[in-house]
Amino acid sequence: MTSGSANRARARPPWLLLALGTVAVAFLVMPFLALLQRTPWSGLGELVGRPVVTDALRLSLLTSLAATGAALVLGTPLAWLLARQRFPGRSAVRAVVLLPMVLPPVVGGAALLFAFGRRGLLGESVYDQTGLLLPYSAWGVIVANTFVAMPFLIITVEAGLRSMDRRYEDAAATLGASQWTVFRRITLPMVAPSIVAGAVLCWARALGEFGATVTFAGNLQGRTQTMPLAVFLALESGDRQAAIALSLLLIMVSLAVLVPMRDRWLGA
Amino acid sequence: MFTAWIELRIGSLDIEVGVDAADGETVALLGPNGAGKTTILRAIAGLLAIDRGRIEVDGLALDDPAAGVFVPTADRPIGVVFQDYLLFPRMSALDNVAFGLRARGLAKPAARAAAAGWLDRFGLAEHAANRPRALSGGQSQRVALARALATSPRLLLLDEPLAALDARTRVQVRTSLRRHLATFGGARILVTHDPVDAMVLADRLIVVEDGRVIQSGTVSEVARHPRSRYVAELVGVNLLHGTAAGPHLVRLESGSELVVADPVPGDEVVVAVRPQAVAVYREKPAGSPRNVWPATVCDVEVDRDRVRVQLDGPVPLVAEVTPGALAELELVPGTLVWATVKAVELSAYTQ
Repeated sequence: MTSGSANRARARPPWLLLALGTVAVAFLVMPFLALLQRTPWSGLGELVGRPVVTDALRLSLLTSLAATGAALVLGTPLAWLLARQRFPGRSAVRAVVLLPMVLPPVVGGAALLFAFGRRGLLGESVYDQTGLLLPYSAWGVIVANTFVAMPFLIITVEAGLRSMDRRYEDAAATLGASQWTVFRRITLPMVAPSIVAGAVLCWARALGEFGATVTFAGNLQGRTQTMPLAVFLALESGDRQAAIALSLLLIMVSLAVLVPMRDRWLGA
Repeated sequence: MFTAWIELRIGSLDIEVGVDAADGETVALLGPNGAGKTTILRAIAGLLAIDRGRIEVDGLALDDPAAGVFVPTADRPIGVVFQDYLLFPRMSALDNVAFGLRARGLAKPAARAAAAGWLDRFGLAEHAANRPRALSGGQSQRVALARALATSPRLLLLDEPLAALDARTRVQVRTSLRRHLATFGGARILVTHDPVDAMVLADRLIVVEDGRVIQSGTVSEVARHPRSRYVAELVGVNLLHGTAAGPHLVRLESGSELVVADPVPGDEVVVAVRPQAVAVYREKPAGSPRNVWPATVCDVEVDRDRVRVQLDGPVPLVAEVTPGALAELELVPGTLVWATVKAVELSAYTQ
């Protein structure tokens, strides 16, 4: 499949496309170059070792992975329901699922407070019964991340389910397989690439989450201060060097995951 | 024993057909593309619910809307060989065949042992560990058949089982499919748009066009009295009776000999020759095609964009040529020509 483009005779691309494409690359790369140019390379080791940085890194990795896990467990079944079942209000459900992608994350964070906060719709009774409080805890960060990032997984997996050849599921049914067996042994393996792609997108979105997290979970170092929050706080407090170190770290973590994934899952 | 009356409307397709097959009998649902054959098959398998009618196997209702009966696909005693076979791509041939037994609750070792037995019976033992991607078209078809039969169905449905194959393997696989089908004791329904498949594999034909049965009966009954243009094309398939005269040689009653690509399966055989496969020349063709005979044009029948030419001679044949070829060759009754057929295009089967 990929050999087609490699074998094609090389022609000079139209200059307009070349020019605009070059501008696009420059636009995307310039900020990173500026960041590198300002990096205090000599003191980097000390900066990266500071508790505020290591705390944020640990919390970011933990919460973004936990949110991705939660999205996989909850979002994959929902994607299947949306793609395979007919039920009243399906298009309404799909619209609600997409809402967190369109909504400003701050609004999402506020809505989460009203639902799960100390005086929230659900949060109040949960607090009264168990003493568990989601806001201002690492759990709150995970909830905020999941809320904002799960739609990316759902739409990717749903698209994968829709484009899959459903006749394989038919074939499994004629062999006596129940719907659950068909899902587990035929559907899941066949949409695995979509699930991985969706999980990567979801994780990337969760790692960069800012608005909903700061609104719902606050900005407490070691408990709810993720990398993006730490960067913002460092900039605000004038600690530019710490902000740069945190940013570099975030870029490296993102690249380390996205580069190997890109060609395999997000490319073709 | 399988009987069904199926009324079903889906999109612009309006189906009203009766289908039945006795144990050990192969019935071909024959019809052009878009006639509704695959939809009928899906309804029988329970992948579609019928609007009105009744589907039953061994007297047991599987779908009867009036009586409120609908048995889900997974619970029907029906095996299906799908078009393109649909072998599960991430499982070995063995696990594909074992899938149905596993789904029906058999433990993994027992299911795999039974599946290995099926593969062995179909000459696929050494391919058990292969993924479908590594199998040839003919092997895939046998795995699909083994997978469908492994759950011991009472009815076997085959949807265009030869359409995915190229012309060369088609002839060979058709013969082996016929042999393997004979080992299954239940009723069989074969969906095909290819008259040769139907003639070689089926005991009885049900010709479907636009969702209606337009004709049914044994192959020779249908061939004698075609009731539509499509059925008339069946008649055009040349059936030549002869005897085996060598591993790849069939001697016709006239004494002429035919070279066929695949081993002749028995002593008394019939060779099916498509009119499209017969080439007509004014001069004896150069080179050395084996199947070449002199013939006299005895009738020319123009039907829109095709011309059917009836040839008389040691091997009586109907050839189909283009109007351009007709003009170029100046074919009129009485013209002396040479007729040739490639061995690859010929299939011999026992009756």
